[in-house]
Amino acid sequence: MTTPALLRVRDLKTYFVTEQGRGTARAVDDVSFDLYPGETLGIVGESGCGKTVTSLSILRLVPEPPGHILPGSLIEFEGRNLLALPAPELRAVRGNQIAMIFQEPMTSLNPVFTVGDQIGEAAIIHQHLSRKAARARAIEMLKLVGIPDPDERVDDYPHQLSGGMRQRVMIAMALVCHPKVLIADEPTTALDVTIQAQILELLDRLQRELGMAVLLITHDLGVVAGHADRVVVMYAGRVVENAETTELFERPTHPYTEGLLAAVPRIDTPRARLHAIPGQVPAATAWPVGCRFHPRCPYAWDKCVAQEPPLLETGVAGHTARCWLVTEPERRPAKR
Amino acid sequence: MTVTAAPPLVEVRDLVKHYAAERGWFGLGRPRPPVRAVDGVSFAIAGGSTLGLVGESGSGKTTVGRTMLRLQEPTSGRVFFDGADVFALDGGRLRALRRRMQIVFQDPYSSLNPRMTVGETLREPLQIHHLTGEVTSLLEEVGLDPAFAKRYPHELSGGQRQRVGIARALSVEPRFVVCDEPVSALDVSVQAQVLNLLADLQSRRRLTYLFIAHDLAVVRHIADTVAVMYLGKIVERAPAADIYALPRHPYTRALLSAVPEPDPRATKQRIVLSGDIPSPAHPPPGCPFHPRCPHPLKSERCRTEVPPLREVPPQSGHLAACHYAEQPM
Repeated sequence: MTTPALLRVRDLKTYFVTEQGRGTARAVDDVSFDLYPGETLGIVGESGCGKTVTSLSILRLVPEPPGHILPGSLIEFEGRNLLALPAPELRAVRGNQIAMIFQEPMTSLNPVFTVGDQIGEAAIIHQHLSRKAARARAIEMLKLVGIPDPDERVDDYPHQLSGGMRQRVMIAMALVCHPKVLIADEPTTALDVTIQAQILELLDRLQRELGMAVLLITHDLGVVAGHADRVVVMYAGRVVENAETTELFERPTHPYTEGLLAAVPRIDTPRARLHAIPGQVPAATAWPVGCRFHPRCPYAWDKCVAQEPPLLETGVAGHTARCWLVTEPERRPAKR
Repeated sequence: MTVTAAPPLVEVRDLVKHYAAERGWFGLGRPRPPVRAVDGVSFAIAGGSTLGLVGESGSGKTTVGRTMLRLQEPTSGRVFFDGADVFALDGGRLRALRRRMQIVFQDPYSSLNPRMTVGETLREPLQIHHLTGEVTSLLEEVGLDPAFAKRYPHELSGGQRQRVGIARALSVEPRFVVCDEPVSALDVSVQAQVLNLLADLQSRRRLTYLFIAHDLAVVRHIADTVAVMYLGKIVERAPAADIYALPRHPYTRALLSAVPEPDPRATKQRIVLSGDIPSPAHPPPGCPFHPRCPHPLKSERCRTEVPPLREVPPQSGHLAACHYAEQPM
């Protein structure tokens, strides 16, 4: 890609000091990726892989203490390092140029304010709209996200809305200042499948109309397949694979990606035993030495225990994988 | 999957569960309509097989499972287990029956007592039913090291806790297990482990499952028969292979099309439903699905006449509750 990245994350390390001094949880451990204007980048991984902490780190929403972002990390938005920005300047970016929607619309909305107040708040703060103009903007946003009767709904409280409607309100809140980057952290995980389809379709439409870049954080490979242009796969605080979406699904190279794809139950294949990845994600206070996936990997050999691989070029443009199999492909058995 | 003529182990006939709504204004206001959580549900499960009960939140699927085990009292209807009328039993006979019908809950975090070790949790049902089962062999059967007996739930991962929940259900040697969203809270790789375990246990112990889930893809990998619920009613029921190959009810078609497939080249036609599920306190008249139904033939009849659950040819045993189930969409 020749256009410059809108958001560059380099060597991001976010650690947490655990209670009782049991050590340091290296939740995000040296993560780098780029987000380009107008694209959707999916970050995929299971619980504990560090995907949510990555997204919170971008807007410096990680509670400190116990968390801290290590010196040497870089989060560059339009040429400025967000990690070095003074608080007032950071606030001018947060919610304005980079906005975020969360998984739980129930707990992310304030129960004692109307949805109109909550949508308009960011416009009053960042764009200095009057209360009246903010209300008009809120109605316009409710219409944009497909809420029927926006003139009446603007005065509703969150408890008067269904889960899907609340997530639409969250999206309206995030988009009120027309951000350049939208971070969507598991935006549909708490929703029913028919409502999830509505919200994903809405996000696709809004992205086309508003031309924003979306960082889509999810555990669901199905959501990524249908909505992301490129995918970053995370495991144990690290990026383990990076590729364009169709390339990743056609040639998953890291054994973790491969295992994850095989573990997903599908409606288009007949009933069969599922492929399971043995064991479980290790604790962030004690990542395994060498390749962090080696204790669960079906192909691991002594080199994987001795030395962690870097992200290696697979030969396809933009496709990298943190696995020694890239250099020794003959060790991977022919299709299982 | 062969359809056997074996007599069903479990049979549900016209099950109804309504929750009386509280009056507003501290009990002085107008009475509100009851919540019709389950509104006339019937099915049978053959011994050793699995019925997948699918629906979105508020469809009534969990209430069906709990009422069958009498964890909640029904409003009306009957449930037969191995010929015995479950709702007519009391005292000792009910307790004896409970041993044969167990449940695995969705949330392995809140369904284990945090103050009891895994060993104590597994021993309790054995003592209640005066059984001589062994904690060690139970743990091994669900794929856990016997050393786990000394641990507390907070020391376990989600997948390990769910294995303990399964071991607890199995400890009293049930024949029928209600699995209520047993893998919904688990990560994909662990979910596959637990689904495989449930399948292994079923074939080893010849268990009969009611597998409740919102995820049609998960159900595909475990169920012999699938029933789809919407607003307290079963809208479609068929052998699993038939329902996935040729869904007949517009709601089932929309549900299947909404499942995100892990395949960027998938070119399926998406039916995105508009609107939300109506409140079960105010179900629409006629077909409960008509306000959201995308079927091109939707008519006045759908708004006024409740479609019965009827057999739709050519497959026998394929039932759908839609006036226009035969017509393509």
